[in-house]
Amino acid sequence: MEAFAYVAAFLIAGILFLAFILTLAKWIRPNRPNVEKLSTYESGEAPMGNANIRFNPRFYLIALMFVLFEIELIFLFPWASVFHHPDLEKASPVWSSYALVEMFIFIGILALGLALAWVKGYLNWEKPIAPSLPNDSPIPDQAYQKIRDKYVSK
Amino acid sequence: MELITTVFIAKAIIVGVVFAITLGVAAYSTYFERKIAAFMQDRIGPDRAGPFGILQPLADAVKMFMKEDFIPANSNKWLFIAGPCLSMLTALMTSAVVPFGDSVTIGGATFDLQGIDVNIGILWVFGIVSLGVYGIMIGGWASNNKFALLGAIRAASQNISYELAMGMAIITILMITGSLSTKEIVEVQQNGHWNIFYQPLGFIIFIICAFAECNRTPFDLPECETELIGGYHTEYSSMKLGFYLFAEYINMFISGAVMATLYFGGYDYPGVDFVTQQFGSNVASFVGVGALIGKSLGFVFVFMWVRWTIPRFRYDQLMNLGWTGLIPLAMYNVVVTGFGILVGKPFMVSIAGLVLLIAALFVYDQLLVKKKIA
Repeated sequence: MEAFAYVAAFLIAGILFLAFILTLAKWIRPNRPNVEKLSTYESGEAPMGNANIRFNPRFYLIALMFVLFEIELIFLFPWASVFHHPDLEKASPVWSSYALVEMFIFIGILALGLALAWVKGYLNWEKPIAPSLPNDSPIPDQAYQKIRDKYVSK
Repeated sequence: MELITTVFIAKAIIVGVVFAITLGVAAYSTYFERKIAAFMQDRIGPDRAGPFGILQPLADAVKMFMKEDFIPANSNKWLFIAGPCLSMLTALMTSAVVPFGDSVTIGGATFDLQGIDVNIGILWVFGIVSLGVYGIMIGGWASNNKFALLGAIRAASQNISYELAMGMAIITILMITGSLSTKEIVEVQQNGHWNIFYQPLGFIIFIICAFAECNRTPFDLPECETELIGGYHTEYSSMKLGFYLFAEYINMFISGAVMATLYFGGYDYPGVDFVTQQFGSNVASFVGVGALIGKSLGFVFVFMWVRWTIPRFRYDQLMNLGWTGLIPLAMYNVVVTGFGILVGKPFMVSIAGLVLLIAALFVYDQLLVKKKIA
């Protein structure tokens, strides 16, 4: 318990330090706001619409999967600290092997889940598709075919 | 009662000293970042403020204080202030559990050269590091700016993805030591039994994740100038911007210290016994503090070195590396480590695991990757 009192001491010291710096900065810096300065910066243009834009839903998928894996990770922490514990080892000689096999099954399920997400394509970030440029060149496309065949077949 | 007061004063001094070390090192990291960048690009770097530009961090701090501070009219004012403060606070709090040195005895009382020796030390670091996402997320959201929001989402997504692999790398360390206390993790590694020899793969995973968690190049997509202006701190100015930038340098130093603690024996150095015999245990402890800080600064140098060596990733590459590269690798590492401890030869099995992995990757490369191109 005593150690956590020092945690609180650290927290309070940190907050005081930040408050001190911010207050000091507030005292000595100039403050001359105007409408232009306070407007949202959008590369020099006048800001358009609301800033809470829609973004790629894949971020939500990542967050969901993170929650799943993080919970599995939390189960691993207590296991790691008792795995191969000398007292438990003494109590039953097969403890370590038992704990290890159990955890192999657990990590196996974890890996299976990851493999499923991988195969289903949830981990694929949309890759940029290079636009196909119109071929204005006077050289016909077939002229390159020989070179393509040469390198692609290897 | 008197003893408690003494201990409390000692702890207060240690809190102050830990903060001072962290902030001082972080301040001078900015100077050395610029000097090292200059060296690598064949320039001179900052040389005007004081001899060799040594007062440059001071000049930067004065500039940060004197600049006018805007809070954009459309922003959420309190969250806008809370963002950088949270970022800075989480960066400072991780330094609390780093064991800077062994104990020293002054006037009959023994002090640990460590902020707090909580029994969940490494879990504390892990938890606080994950809280660091909130600082960026809140700041980016409260700015009410499209670029800041995108940067914040990128940062959050990136940090949570790399946290998983990082957690699994930490678990392998716990399996070896059987304790969550940072002090005990260091004590197990004394006399050259550093974890790096037993966990080479774990260390590689951990250092890559540390780069991602600190938002350093090549993983600095949240503040990618070419795409997002300034990323999550686009709207910030003056001291609040300073907090964000400073938090990054503190995180760099602390992650260096954590890596030294977990993998490089913490305050252990060759010849501890000799120094203890010659000069007493107090001197040995203080040399140990120097050793730890030296190791952390070595890692800070690696951070800077990599910044000017490897270009920035694309976002899909970053996500692929995290989810389909590092997490399976970390799982493999947990299995190999568990097997090694069970057999009783952790060193041999870890090397065998690494060799097996490289062989498997080589075979995969030979069989599949070339066919895919064809």
